[in-house]
Amino acid sequence: MSAQNPMIKNPSRRRFMTGAAGLTFGVAVASPGLQELVVGAAEAATGSSKINNWVTVFTDGTVVIQSPAAEMGQGSLTSLPLIVAEEMDADWSKVRIVAAPPNNQIYGNPAFRYLQYTAGSATVTGYFTNLRQFGAQVRYVLLDNAAQRWGVPLTEVVSGPGYAEHTKSGRRLSYGEIAAFAKVPAQAPEVQLDALDKAHFRLIGKDVPRVDVAGKTNGSAQYSIDVQVPGMVYGAILREPVDRAQPVQIDDREARAVAGVLQIVPLQYGVGVIAESPWAAFKAKQALKVTWSSEARGWKHSSGSGFEAFTKIARDDSKKGVAWETVGQAVPELGKAQNVIEGEYRADYAYHAQMEPLNSVASVSKDGCEIWCGTQSQTIAVDAVAAALGLSADKIKFNGMLLGGGFGRRGNRDLEFMVDSALLSKAVGKPVKVLWTREDDVKNGRFRPQYVNRIRAAVDDKGKIVAWHHRVVSDEALAYMDPVRFKASQGRDNIAMRGTELPTYDIPHRLAEGLQQPTGIRTAPLRAIGVGQNSFANEVFIDEVAAKLGVDPVEFRIRQLAGTPRAQRGRDVLREVARMAAWGRKREGRGLGVAYLDYSGTQLAGIAEVSLNKDGRIRVHDFWCVIDAGVAIQPDNIVAQTESSIVYGIGLALTEHIDVSGGLVQQSNFFDYHVPRMRDIPNIHIKLVQTPNHPTGAGQMATPLVPSAIANAFHQLTGVRLRQQPLLPGRVQQAMSEAGVKFA
Amino acid sequence: MSNVTVTLTINGQRKTITAAPDTPLLWVLREQLKLTGTKFGCGVGQCGACTVHLNGEPTQSCLHAIKDVDGKQVTTIEGLSPDGNHPLQKAWRAEQVPQCGYCQSGQIMRAAGLLKQNSRPSREDIVEYMSPNICRCGTYVRIARAIERAAKGEV
Repeated sequence: MSAQNPMIKNPSRRRFMTGAAGLTFGVAVASPGLQELVVGAAEAATGSSKINNWVTVFTDGTVVIQSPAAEMGQGSLTSLPLIVAEEMDADWSKVRIVAAPPNNQIYGNPAFRYLQYTAGSATVTGYFTNLRQFGAQVRYVLLDNAAQRWGVPLTEVVSGPGYAEHTKSGRRLSYGEIAAFAKVPAQAPEVQLDALDKAHFRLIGKDVPRVDVAGKTNGSAQYSIDVQVPGMVYGAILREPVDRAQPVQIDDREARAVAGVLQIVPLQYGVGVIAESPWAAFKAKQALKVTWSSEARGWKHSSGSGFEAFTKIARDDSKKGVAWETVGQAVPELGKAQNVIEGEYRADYAYHAQMEPLNSVASVSKDGCEIWCGTQSQTIAVDAVAAALGLSADKIKFNGMLLGGGFGRRGNRDLEFMVDSALLSKAVGKPVKVLWTREDDVKNGRFRPQYVNRIRAAVDDKGKIVAWHHRVVSDEALAYMDPVRFKASQGRDNIAMRGTELPTYDIPHRLAEGLQQPTGIRTAPLRAIGVGQNSFANEVFIDEVAAKLGVDPVEFRIRQLAGTPRAQRGRDVLREVARMAAWGRKREGRGLGVAYLDYSGTQLAGIAEVSLNKDGRIRVHDFWCVIDAGVAIQPDNIVAQTESSIVYGIGLALTEHIDVSGGLVQQSNFFDYHVPRMRDIPNIHIKLVQTPNHPTGAGQMATPLVPSAIANAFHQLTGVRLRQQPLLPGRVQQAMSEAGVKFA
Repeated sequence: MSNVTVTLTINGQRKTITAAPDTPLLWVLREQLKLTGTKFGCGVGQCGACTVHLNGEPTQSCLHAIKDVDGKQVTTIEGLSPDGNHPLQKAWRAEQVPQCGYCQSGQIMRAAGLLKQNSRPSREDIVEYMSPNICRCGTYVRIARAIERAAKGEV
């Protein structure tokens, strides 16, 4: 090891990659579990095999890289290993990717305090630096071994894709050849990484095909719903209609009479049915007659009265919330300001509608429990099943599967849909696949909360917003979905409140406070979490302020943005989207609306072009979006994720709402919960701006732009404000009528 | 209700199935024949994730009781091409269409139905024909491009 080596920042400084995890990679032969994945691996087996945490280099040149995140469509199964491969200079054609096992300490996401949890569009951004470092360390060890074999200084050794080369002598060793003799240090040195504006990437930014795509075009991709194990039977659950209601009386005579039914399993939270086929299980579940306990809080909640109650709280300033963002002295400043503008905004409950209804497969035996599941957290899954069965975590064998969509629905701390299969398998003594029907998935949904947002802002005589007070009243979200994280966050509800912080608008006095209410309604993060509604409130409100001041909405936002580099990137995306959409050009019968967002550092701006049908339906013709997420690992995939985020936003903006009446969910399937279809989507124009900044999120960032840009476009078209998403035809008609505006 | 026994031709092979008569074809394909590329999405013909070809026509397999399909021909995603290289499958890869991928078997089977009856569909034709199928990841832009690519033979 050479102290002069330019790759080494400080050879004496040692550190572990992930806390106390120890050696985080190795150059060694395969562990038996990996051999089946790798052609030619058998010849490398020498008996000295050991599990390596991230990278295994085989003597045939194959490189196996662990991918720690769940793959739910966002593409990180490819993009995380790509970062490792980039820095180790691997030959991508020889890289094989395997799903990392549950292990927070080794595979946890630094962005979630080393919880192995895939959410928040935080995967690439959270793992990026560690994975780069880690790949660079693998490269270092490989090159160092080659240098020693050749008896040359390490400084004379360079790498190419999958090999080390001594340029002076022209000697070359493939990584596979090096693996045959390599010695791995007990601890790797920290390697100095190229600054992002200087780095020459060979894989990053070049759009390698996603590794999961081929299997998703021929039916071979495996989701947990596809799992079959010998002796498996099927389960369905009639679950409590509201959280914490319990079955009081169970009449299962008709259910038992269904052919193929094996067992009825009373549970604390419902009734399980075990049958020989899914169809028999569904029919028997339908035939159950259950009365439920009536004490649960949720029975008292309805959407309509909920909005009224939330509105009262939002308007009652004597009711203090939990501060989410505090800068300066917003309330006193508002108290003495001359020009104060107010706005109030709402959002209905919304449902994830991931295409794969929730399901899982479990096999409980005397040795423990094996589980097959698609989840956003492998380690939470293990803990949830262990707790439900009263076993220690080491008795749970977890098999992570592809997720047929996540959107926040598969990362709750209790992972109830996995516990279902564990409890039923335990009851029947056989492997059980529990299937939720779509109706189960809707009725037992865990929703984006309903919201009332109230914003007051003071504007000075130069037209600048100088104070901002945002009160957010909603159902509790984080407290319900993850009490562990909620406790750690000391009562700050990340899921409900994100997006009320304004990191780039230059407003010297800001207060965002959360007033989350215990309604008894089941809630969850939903794509874009709180940002989805809070940014809607922010950006419609800002539009209202701009209109009151008579300033162009794009120009107004540009003026409010701060002088920081981060805010300058915000200005850039705003200017660019205005250029793309030809913002200044008036269109007959159409309105244009803009929205801007800093979402976890990702800069976005969007413009919608809309028209209005006579029946109150808003039609979105075009949507332009500019996104700057820093370094783009897989640029085309970021574009794809942005397309996806926009389409999701179209649904939330225009049609999607869950109504609760006396605790009961009123919708049940895709005929009454309308998600966007191909005919509903506008022409989508996306520009990805790549800047040499640390990569930030891309998986959901554009979603919040859509409802606000559409509402703002509607205002430009009609002069009427829409302040509740979704912007349903009935609400449009009512708003038009209240404003005395006739349909054109 | 006693079981029925029916004979189907599935992906070119004759299969004899015994099941409760009202069992949807979907569940027979998935759980009895292990053809799991055909997905369960809604169970009521609203999402298209379970689309297969029945006697050559795309249809939602959740809507057909097994008793009603005796003697019929069924093609699933696994049987669309011998090696996964149907022009649509190639186009799907070229356009990097799938995200979560769960709906994509159904999308491809529906698109194959479209191209059978209309070898050069316009964008409007595509939008109209494909709208019964939901993709929650919102890959519609790429689905449309992939169909156009396949129709033009650019695969």
